[in-house]
Amino acid sequence: MAVRSRSSANTESPDQGTAGSLKKVTIPVSGMSCAACQGRVQRALEQEPGVETANVNLMLGNATVLYNPAISTPEHLVETVRGTGYGAQLPSANQSAVADQEAQDRAQQDEFLEYRRKAGVSLLVAGLAMLFSMPLMMANATVSGKSPADPFMAWTMRHLNPPLMDTLPWLYHLNSTLLLYVLLAMTVTIMVWAGRHFYIRAFAAFRHHSADMNTLIAVGTGAAFIYSIIATFYPRLFLDSGIAPDVYYEAIVTIIGLVLVGNALEARAKRQTSIAVRTLITLQPDSARVLRDQAELDLPIDQITSGDIVVVRPGERVPVDGVITRGESAVDESMITGESFPVMKSQGSHVVGGTINRTGSFQLVATDLGADSTLQRIVRLMREAQGTRAPIQRLADRISAVFVPVVISVAIATFVAWYFFDTQAPVVRGFAASVAVLIIACPCAMGLAVPTAVMVATGRGAQWGILIKGGEALERAQAVTTVVLDKTGTITEGRPAVTEVVVLDPEYHAERLLALAASVESRSEHPLADAIVVYARSKAIPLFEPASFESHTGGGTSGRVDGQEIAIGSAAFLERRGVSVQSAALPVSVGSEQQTMVYLAIEGKLAGTLSVADPIRDTSRDAITRLTRMGLDLVMLSGDHRRTAEAIAHAVGISRVVAGVLPEGKTDEVKRLQSSGEVVAMVGDGINDAPALAQADVGIAMGTGTDIAMEAADVTLMRSDLRGVPLAIHLSRRTMRTMKQNLFWAFAYNVVGIPVAAGVLYPVFGITLSPVLASAAMALSSFSVVGNSLRLRRLHAG
Amino acid sequence: MNHGIVLLAGLAAIGWVNWYFFLAKRGPVVLARTDQSGRQEVRIVVHGGYDPATVEARAGVPLRLVFDRQETSSCSEEIVVPAFGIRQFLPAFQKTAIDLPGASPGTYDFTCGMSMLHGTIKVR
Repeated sequence: MAVRSRSSANTESPDQGTAGSLKKVTIPVSGMSCAACQGRVQRALEQEPGVETANVNLMLGNATVLYNPAISTPEHLVETVRGTGYGAQLPSANQSAVADQEAQDRAQQDEFLEYRRKAGVSLLVAGLAMLFSMPLMMANATVSGKSPADPFMAWTMRHLNPPLMDTLPWLYHLNSTLLLYVLLAMTVTIMVWAGRHFYIRAFAAFRHHSADMNTLIAVGTGAAFIYSIIATFYPRLFLDSGIAPDVYYEAIVTIIGLVLVGNALEARAKRQTSIAVRTLITLQPDSARVLRDQAELDLPIDQITSGDIVVVRPGERVPVDGVITRGESAVDESMITGESFPVMKSQGSHVVGGTINRTGSFQLVATDLGADSTLQRIVRLMREAQGTRAPIQRLADRISAVFVPVVISVAIATFVAWYFFDTQAPVVRGFAASVAVLIIACPCAMGLAVPTAVMVATGRGAQWGILIKGGEALERAQAVTTVVLDKTGTITEGRPAVTEVVVLDPEYHAERLLALAASVESRSEHPLADAIVVYARSKAIPLFEPASFESHTGGGTSGRVDGQEIAIGSAAFLERRGVSVQSAALPVSVGSEQQTMVYLAIEGKLAGTLSVADPIRDTSRDAITRLTRMGLDLVMLSGDHRRTAEAIAHAVGISRVVAGVLPEGKTDEVKRLQSSGEVVAMVGDGINDAPALAQADVGIAMGTGTDIAMEAADVTLMRSDLRGVPLAIHLSRRTMRTMKQNLFWAFAYNVVGIPVAAGVLYPVFGITLSPVLASAAMALSSFSVVGNSLRLRRLHAG
Repeated sequence: MNHGIVLLAGLAAIGWVNWYFFLAKRGPVVLARTDQSGRQEVRIVVHGGYDPATVEARAGVPLRLVFDRQETSSCSEEIVVPAFGIRQFLPAFQKTAIDLPGASPGTYDFTCGMSMLHGTIKVR
């Protein structure tokens, strides 16, 4: 069952499975308020043919039914529950993150196809309408002695009329009333067929005292339609005032066509913003080869249960998360971690569903399935991330909330102003300008400016193995001034290893020393002890069972092994036990600054030393150079002694070191930096330093690709490569720049477009904007914003 | 004369638009039902807006908002509850449940993905 987050949409995957030939389905049931209701639903289900057992849960509001699929279906069971008077729905409504994304994709694809079809037909009809309106405009111009007031119509008349008269002279001999009626019929058809949703949605919003994009289109084209109807049936009203009774039919059809083109472009671009999530979803194989009763069965993925043994062959995708029980292979995890080289996996290694098995065959025991699988968790996290709001959007939100009513007010004021100040055709020009104001205004560009950038950026990050928690994390990451790095497990591998064994007493050889040391240490839980035991095992040295063992906190261990008294630990620990350490003649290489020395005494006499070091990751130096080049201050935190910590810091190029820090001290250090005005990113393994990650402005957790603390940090690096940190900050900086550009253009577009449409340029330059051109501008504005966000898809690392 | 009428009509129209969209009363406040398990639930129809647009709920009790989206308009395809960090796609002609934890008293907004459709949860 899925882990429920603190507050979440109901997106758990339906609990479906099989038992023999029976199937299990969990149906959400609503409206049950007491045990009697529960009993009624349960009885009804149990009496249903084909139902083996039914278990109705009042608290969870669902019914889990085991049924025979040959006799009954989930649809049937839902009907049975509904028959009892309670609400029920198919479990598909309870969707997993993957199903949710698929549903959204399908909706967006359908939307795109519908818009595209309607836009194409509308523009075709608009072309015809334009032809038919030419003779009418010419006739009106002849009657009134003026060319059309609408600049676009005047332009088309000037340029299209002469060639049209040559090619289609018969058009100019048609009855003008007939032409008007044909135009009216075309317009009504397009308004009803292609533009119906504008009016229905605008009305629905109006009923709720709200207004949106559709309101502007509906009011704009609706007003133009009413104006044209009056001009068609009562032309005298215009002619008596000396105004040509121009109609706007072709403009209405063109506007609807162009707005639909804009909608189609926007729908397609919106689909592309979630391409990264979609790519992840396609990684999930549909079936798996499972070992049951010594036989290999191909089963659908939703029938795999935890504990199943799954067989994976070379070239196949690993179907589910699991632990390898037999065999070994190189596995390509690039789709999850961004790591381009295949990773060797052997017995005991964790593998992730969706990765590709390259070389060998292996068997794995399935562990995390369904909503708990790594792939589903990443998809869920990405969908949540793409849903978050960046703080920078607040201004756009505040404007969006009042935008449409304000634009309608401006349109009315525009008409009044033209009526007052224009001397030639105040009503016609005022009207055209008002419609242009309504049509050019585009709240969508503002609404899309930030979310599309967040979507594309989180997707781009995921391709690099960087999971970003959302818009706010992106926005904070770009402002980071100081990066605090935990040493162990971040800059270094986090796994201490023995690097050198030195024999000081010629009575013993190295294997004997190691055997004795590892035997005592095998009882200790200290990481250094672990390193010694692992090293001895790797050399295939047999260990003894210690006869006695004692751990000395902060010093070392002692015990009796194979008849000899052993003490192993720090120099101070041995000195306290009366073993002289200072006089030992160690080779120059031993005890270099990055290593920790462990001394071994046998029967109270120093016999040798072991050097243990936590190796620096290959990529750490490069990452730190990049961070420094980006102008960031770096601080390394370490629980080690100053000398060791400084040596590591020096080796990778960090000058500020805080050594001897306890886990809780890390949080204090982050706080101290924050109080001095720094914006701090803390990089850690996400497990031991979770409080410090939470305290930092941006917490960056380094995962291993399989053990992911995704929910805990703002940014999760899916592989243990510190270079993800400069990459994440680089991505956030570029995203922030994109958001600002988008917001600037969306605001600028409206701030410039609306006054120009209203006619502010007319008194000085004589420029007015036709509603048709306004609709073309609007169609492009949303698209340009989404297009700018999509450029982040091509962002290069570096 | 005509100028005066146009001016007055224009001002009246602007006044009405702003009154209607910003000030006019928006439907009744609906109290969330509490079921026997103690959870509060309310159904909200999504069709050009939210009906009811104002929901009243008790503090400290989990609240389930069931959004019943009865349209395909992309304007309402997402629901955002900023205070709880929720953004959820609402499939057309389906019910989608959003579970909120017990909240402290106050007013919490929910909006569409573009912040143009608005609703309020009043927690007392």
